[in-house]
Amino acid sequence: MATSTPPAKLELRPPPYPLDALEPHMSQNTMSFHWGKHHRAYVDNLNKQIVGTELQGKSLEDVMIRTYNKGDLLPPFNNAAQVWNHDFFWDSMKPGGGGKPSGELLKAIERDFGSFEKFSEEFRSAAATQFGSGWAWLVYTVNPRPSDGKELLVLKTPNAVNPLVLGYTALLTIDVWEHAYYLDYQNRRPDYISIFMEKLVSWDAVSAKLEVAKSRVA
Amino acid sequence: MALRPLLTRRTLASASGFSSNGGITTSFRGLQTFSLPDLPYDYGALQPAISGEIMQLHHQKHHQAYITNYNKALEQLHDAMSKGDAPAVVKLQSAIKFNGGGHVNHSIFWKNLAPIQGGGGEPPKGSLGWAIDNHFGSLDALVQKMNAEGAALQGSGWVWLGVDKELKKLVVETTSNQDPLVTKGPSLVPLIGIDVWEHAYYLQYKNVRPDYLKNIWKVINWKYASELYGKECP
Repeated sequence: MATSTPPAKLELRPPPYPLDALEPHMSQNTMSFHWGKHHRAYVDNLNKQIVGTELQGKSLEDVMIRTYNKGDLLPPFNNAAQVWNHDFFWDSMKPGGGGKPSGELLKAIERDFGSFEKFSEEFRSAAATQFGSGWAWLVYTVNPRPSDGKELLVLKTPNAVNPLVLGYTALLTIDVWEHAYYLDYQNRRPDYISIFMEKLVSWDAVSAKLEVAKSRVA
Repeated sequence: MALRPLLTRRTLASASGFSSNGGITTSFRGLQTFSLPDLPYDYGALQPAISGEIMQLHHQKHHQAYITNYNKALEQLHDAMSKGDAPAVVKLQSAIKFNGGGHVNHSIFWKNLAPIQGGGGEPPKGSLGWAIDNHFGSLDALVQKMNAEGAALQGSGWVWLGVDKELKKLVVETTSNQDPLVTKGPSLVPLIGIDVWEHAYYLQYKNVRPDYLKNIWKVINWKYASELYGKECP
């Protein structure tokens, strides 16, 4: 795997589509605040926090894991993890998304959840019941392998915590901080979650991540 | 997003005919459940500090949802307790803390706010005013402190001015999610709580939580806080 020297300052990466591309399911208005203000602020504030420290110049993932500090969070963690989480979130969606996965990913979901519908129900429920701010995830786990032998799990995490710092490989995420859906859906988080599943999720991206995760293990 | 028509009636919750003050009802099984308390002012009465749209959603949707889910959790707790199902009782604690806390906190919040014509924003006089000056230096210093802590809170939660009823001391604290102030100390009594969940300000202030915090002081009901302080620290 090619390595490159991380830049001295972390940059805000744009989503892989224009800000209006997810309309009407996720409005341009929401994207302009969510990416343009929230995500940007996490990047800017993280840079301010790590300048002149030993964290400067390290990769984002490195900063994140170091500041997670085995659960005893250091101040830059919130910003670092939120930068990572939002990069991952934009990648989890695409214009014309939704529908069902196929191929190896679908087989894995059916194997570990019984059916796509059962997975979808579990993922939606995790997203709906994460109290306060947080995220819901589909993750791949091999080490440690759960006792029932399943490789795919649904997780929910509070605030900025993500599966990476917990030792999993993330495949898919949905942001359930209120800022992610309030302008478009107000209090109706379940409606937002449904639209995300039906119209936004990029199964291509999820499949690609599963392939990478499996090739690392092989 | 189209604005829905604002209701000027304070609440629709009293349709069930239960008591209108704090809305405690007793079901046939002797279990006390709750209903949405009325707001003592119209949804639009706190404008421009807090929009009528936010007040309506916050009261009718968010607070109502906490009450609905709290009642559900209480029913399940009642069942589990009658059956002596200890694991189920323990498992329900988080739902009770989330939703019961949400009901407790929001009930306080509506009393913490008042229209300007109703005294909103008027600085505290008497013993509370004196205690604030004594402890924080000035009302402005207290406001700056609460605004700083409220802005810095990661995720969802509340920033509080409380009084330790045993030490007779004022405190500024934050709590996460819907944890009531008492989770930070059993003798803490909340005087003023400011909701910094995004639903409390997002439609109006978007990501700029500091602007919401700056403006909410214009409608803070110091009369309520002063009365409560006078009771705890006579």
